[in-house]
Amino acid sequence: MVDVALQSGAMPVTRQVDRSKVLQRLRLRDSGFRHLTRIAAITVLLILSGIIVSLVHGSWPALNTFGFSFLYTEVWNPVTEQFGAIAPIYGTVVTSLIAMLIAVPIGLFIALFLTELCPMWLRRPIGIAIELLAGIPSIIYGIWGLFVFAPFLQQYVQPFIIEVFGPIPVLSTLFAGPPYGIGILTAGLILAIMVLPFITSISRDVFDAVPPVLKEAAYGVGCTTWEVVRYVVLPFTRVGVIGGVMLGLGRALGETMAVTFVIGNAHRISGSIMAPGTTISATIANEFTEADGDLYTSSLIALSLILFVITFIVLALARYMLMRLNARVGA
Amino acid sequence: MALQDTRRRRNQLAIGLAIGATGFGLTWLVLILAVLLWNGFSGLTLAVFTEMTPPPGSAGGLLNPIMGSLVMTFIAVLIGTPLGILAGTYMAEYGRYDKLTSVVRFINDILLSAPSIVIGLFIYEVMVVQMGHFSGWAGAVALAVIVVPVVVRTTEDMLTLVPDTLREAAASIGLPRSLMIQKVAYRAARAGMVTGVLLAVARISGETAPLLFTALNNQFWSTDMNAPVASLPVVIFQFALSPYDDWQQLAWTGALIITLAVLALSIIARLLAAQRKST
Repeated sequence: MVDVALQSGAMPVTRQVDRSKVLQRLRLRDSGFRHLTRIAAITVLLILSGIIVSLVHGSWPALNTFGFSFLYTEVWNPVTEQFGAIAPIYGTVVTSLIAMLIAVPIGLFIALFLTELCPMWLRRPIGIAIELLAGIPSIIYGIWGLFVFAPFLQQYVQPFIIEVFGPIPVLSTLFAGPPYGIGILTAGLILAIMVLPFITSISRDVFDAVPPVLKEAAYGVGCTTWEVVRYVVLPFTRVGVIGGVMLGLGRALGETMAVTFVIGNAHRISGSIMAPGTTISATIANEFTEADGDLYTSSLIALSLILFVITFIVLALARYMLMRLNARVGA
Repeated sequence: MALQDTRRRRNQLAIGLAIGATGFGLTWLVLILAVLLWNGFSGLTLAVFTEMTPPPGSAGGLLNPIMGSLVMTFIAVLIGTPLGILAGTYMAEYGRYDKLTSVVRFINDILLSAPSIVIGLFIYEVMVVQMGHFSGWAGAVALAVIVVPVVVRTTEDMLTLVPDTLREAAASIGLPRSLMIQKVAYRAARAGMVTGVLLAVARISGETAPLLFTALNNQFWSTDMNAPVASLPVVIFQFALSPYDDWQQLAWTGALIITLAVLALSIIARLLAAQRKST
C-alpha cells in the first residue's frame, strides 16, 4: 500500500500527461475502427449497385438498338448482328422448372426423413453427406453430366421414353426424339441433383423450427407420422418452405458450368424438351470471349442483366418469406 | 376399420417415399464421387503436379493452373476477408438494430446467391475493359466479390452468438469499444469466423464462371498477375470439352483434385464448428 502511494505520489505530473495522451489515442482508434467497419458495410451495398450500374451501362447499346423486342425475339445471329433473348430465357426457365419439379418433392421427403424418422445417430452423418453434395463445385457436375450422365440417358433412358410416349398426342411432341443425350431435359436433371441439397438443408432447418409441443400434441391424439407432417409441420412452415424452394430456384436460374456442358448450345425454342437448347448463363459462358463487335458483347451483357433481374426478384422474395417465418417462430 | 387401414397404408407410403428419397439423394453423391475417383485416380501421377499443361496429343501436368488457382484464391481471400469481417463487425457490434444493417443484410443475402457469371461480367466491365486486357488481378477480385458475402454472413452470425455478458465485463474494466471487439468478441467468435473463411475458400476454389472473362487462361507458366492466368476450373472446362484423350484425362484428374480439396475444406470447417459447439 505504501509503495503504491509512494509511486503514485512520485510522478504525478508525467502520469497526468500520459493518461490524457493515451485516452486521446484510444478515442481516435475507437472512432477510427467504428468508421472503418461502417465503410466496409457500405462497401457491400456499393458492390451490388456497382453490379447493376455496370450491367446497365454495358447493355445500353443493345437495349438501345433492339428496344423491348430484345425480350421476345428468337433470332440470335452474330453475322447479321440480330439478337433476341427469348430462346435463352426460355431455356433458363424450362431447365429450372424441370429441376424444381424433381428436386422439391424429393428434397421435402428427405427433410421429412431427417427430422421425423431418422434414428438420432444417423441424422448427422446423412445431413453432412447431403451438405457435401451442395459443396461440390458445379464444374464437377458438368464434367460428370457430359461424360457419364448424358451418354447413359442417350443409350438407355431416352429411347425408352420416346417409345413409351410416342403414341400419346401431347407427350409425343414434348418428348420427341432423336435421343441426343445432351439437351434441355439433361440440363434440368443435372440442375435437380444440384439444387436438391439446398432445398433439403433449408427444409430440414425449417422443419426443425416447429415447436415440439405442436407435434407432440398431434401425436398425442393419435396422428400418424404422415398426418403430423401433412397437417401440423407443413402448414406451420409453409412460408419457410416456399422461401427455401425459391432460394433453390435462384441457384438453378443462375447456374452456369453444369448447364453449359450438357445443354447443347442451340439458339432455338423446340417443342421437345429432349432437344438441345441454351440458357442465359450457358450462352454467356460459351460466346462471351469469342464475341467480336460491340453489339454482340452488349447483347450478351444485356442477357446477364435480364438474368440478374430475374434472380434478384426470386431471391428477394425468398428472403422475405424466410424472414416472415423467422418472425413467426420468434413471436 | 377401413379408415384405420387407409391411414396406416398412407403413412407407410409416406415413410417409404421418405426413405426412398434419402437413398436417392445419397446415391448421387456416391455415384459422382465413385466416377470421379475411378476416372481421376488413374491419372493422378507426380507429373500432374510438376509439369505444365501440354499441347494437345502429348503428356503433361497441371502445375500452372494449380499455381494460378492457389495464387488467385489467396489474393481473393486477402482482399475479401478483412472487408467481410469489418462489415460483419459493424452489423453485429455497432449497428445491430440499424436501418443500414438490415439493408446490408438483405443485399448481402442476395449477393450470397447471385449468379457467379454475372459477377464475372461485372469485373470484366470494371477492370478488364478499363485495363484493356485480361489479368490475374481481375480474376482474384472477381473471386473476392464472392468471398465477401460468405464472410460477412458468418462473421455477423458468430459475433451475434457471443454472450453480451462478455462485452459488459470488458466494458466494466474500462476497455474502449474497439478494443473490446478486437480482444474479446473476436476471440470468442474466432472458430466460427475461421469456419466462414474456410467455407468461402471452398466456394471459390471450384468457381469457373467468374474466371472465364477475367483471368481467362494461360497455356504457360506465368507469375505475372497482370497477364492472363490459368486456373484449375477453367482448364478443366477447356480440356473436358476438347476432343483429345490426354486433355480429357487431365480434366478428370483436375476435377478429382478440386473435389478432394473442397471436401477436405468443408469437413475441416464443419469439425471446427462442431468443436466450438461442444465447448
